[in-house]
Amino acid sequence: MSQKELQVIQAIEDEALFTFAEFDPEAAERVGYSDYSYWGSTLKIFFKNKTVIFFLILMASLILFATIQPYLPNQKSSTKIHVSPVTGHPLQNQEPSKEHWFGTNVIGQDLWARIWSGTRTSLLIAIIVGIWEVCFGIFIGAIWGYVRQLDAFMTEAYNVINNIPTTILLMLLAYILRPSFRTMVIAMCATGWLGMARFVRNQIVIIRDREYNLASRCLGTPTSRIITKNLLPYLVSVIVMRIALSIPGTIGWEVFLTYIGLGLPIDTPSLGNLLNEGRQVMMAPALRYQLIFPAVVLSVITISFYVLGNAFADASDPRNHY
Amino acid sequence: MLKYSLKRLLQSLITVFIVITLVFLLMRLLPEEGYFGDGYDKLTPEQRENILRKFGLLDPWYVQLKNFYSSLLKGDLGKSIIYRPDVPVIDIIKLKIPYSMTFGLAAIAVSLLFGLSMGIHTARNKGRFWDKIWSGYVVFINAVPAAVYLLFIQLYITGLKYKGRSIFPMLFNRHNPRSWILPLISMSLGGIAGYALWMRRYMVDQLNQDYIRLARAKGMSEKQIMVKHVMRNAFVPMAQYLPASILLTISGSIYIESLYSIPGMGGLLVDVIQRQDNVMVQALVLIYSSLGIWGLFLGDLLMAIFDPRIRLEKKEGAR
Repeated sequence: MSQKELQVIQAIEDEALFTFAEFDPEAAERVGYSDYSYWGSTLKIFFKNKTVIFFLILMASLILFATIQPYLPNQKSSTKIHVSPVTGHPLQNQEPSKEHWFGTNVIGQDLWARIWSGTRTSLLIAIIVGIWEVCFGIFIGAIWGYVRQLDAFMTEAYNVINNIPTTILLMLLAYILRPSFRTMVIAMCATGWLGMARFVRNQIVIIRDREYNLASRCLGTPTSRIITKNLLPYLVSVIVMRIALSIPGTIGWEVFLTYIGLGLPIDTPSLGNLLNEGRQVMMAPALRYQLIFPAVVLSVITISFYVLGNAFADASDPRNHY
Repeated sequence: MLKYSLKRLLQSLITVFIVITLVFLLMRLLPEEGYFGDGYDKLTPEQRENILRKFGLLDPWYVQLKNFYSSLLKGDLGKSIIYRPDVPVIDIIKLKIPYSMTFGLAAIAVSLLFGLSMGIHTARNKGRFWDKIWSGYVVFINAVPAAVYLLFIQLYITGLKYKGRSIFPMLFNRHNPRSWILPLISMSLGGIAGYALWMRRYMVDQLNQDYIRLARAKGMSEKQIMVKHVMRNAFVPMAQYLPASILLTISGSIYIESLYSIPGMGGLLVDVIQRQDNVMVQALVLIYSSLGIWGLFLGDLLMAIFDPRIRLEKKEGAR
């Protein structure tokens, strides 16, 4: 080794060979810049789909209409029994007409008004349950995923609860608590969060130790930035999707509970109740409109939410971005 | 393998024990009227107390639990109160299980056959016409509550007439095979959609994997790749859930059995809940909730047989 080379090495050693880089937002911007934006791409892909646009418009107008329907002029009450001015008898089983757009039911209530009132009830239940599912599910899932000591215990607890069929748990709760709006919501809240918690836990376990998170942490990225930039995009899309998908699910459970006689009291119109009323008269072909109208409205709602939820899940998956 | 099986068996036993205890304690919350039978209103408070004492319901809960377990070990699930007074629960369900299981097993076979072939077909023709039609079907079945479309199937298909007679009778009749068809189809619709969706996703995933590319590079035919690689691998996750779904056929299908009046297990729980027969409710809930656990146990064993990697690895996380 020549004298010159030794000098060079000496010179380098004099300076520190390794120092931690200070976090410099400008430098980070320069290195990490791309015009990729997560939400931009998600929305772009989401709205590119023509089916999505169709269902989005359909669903938005349905929800909007269901909300403002009672405030529109010339709307009838959903529980009032209409009486014929001529004979004084209740207008039972009137077929759809100018006066009663969807006809009347067995005791003479206006089906049009009942369907929208029922839609509001069912959607309200579905949204409360959906939001609860997301909040509680994420909370439990996050603890389950982050606190390593709890993992084995929570997993066993999950297996125990998950092994009792949902149908039975729901029926039992509804049976013990007696039918009412509150019972319905409590019963469904008690069972719905399980899937969400497991999903969040699995996501967190997967993401938490990924190389890019490790790298971020080594580079001194603050935890808040890791959470907002690395973790949250995965979860937010899931949250939106789960709310969307839990709505058809909740409506389905409501229909089921009503069917087996544990639904809402009859004086509260809901899609499940209306369907059940329609089922009782379905053997008379002339009265089948009482089954068909609620069934169509219910199917449109559940299908739109289902399609939109799935489309959003696809669009929000970063692997589908480009 | 033996060690793994024993470990899982022990685990399942503990789970069953916890579930049964939980359910039993939950059952103490059932409305009290469910123990008295029809003449509830006519009973004096003393008579009511006597009946409750006869059922042992006035004992402290741990005594009740102990008594319950000792009779459970003798295979005694109690006697019906209202549904069929004084008939042992076991005798009632013995008559009903064959109906539910026969329909359930046939429906599983039909769903597997159609669901899997539909999944494979759509995965290989991704984005084409039939793929879209089938995904429409899957969306419809998954989104619309079963109560709705099953009702319309019964309503309109039984209306089809040939020479003035219905082709498919509206109600189940043991001696008329034509009346078995609609319940069977109704029962399979959901399963077909489920298996097809899963199979399609699985295929699309697997066909991009390196081992498939290697198999192609080796010059294997598409058919050989399908049978020897993709299907063999696809069977592993399926093996886990198949035993559970087979066992759960015992519980029957609530909607379909009541729509077509099939005298199976499906309607039984609904019936006894509506008529408030607490002993029956308790027995049935216990049976149903332990079925799932044994199903998963068998599934794990089956999976370990088909996939040797599983029993070697430390099991982690929830399924």
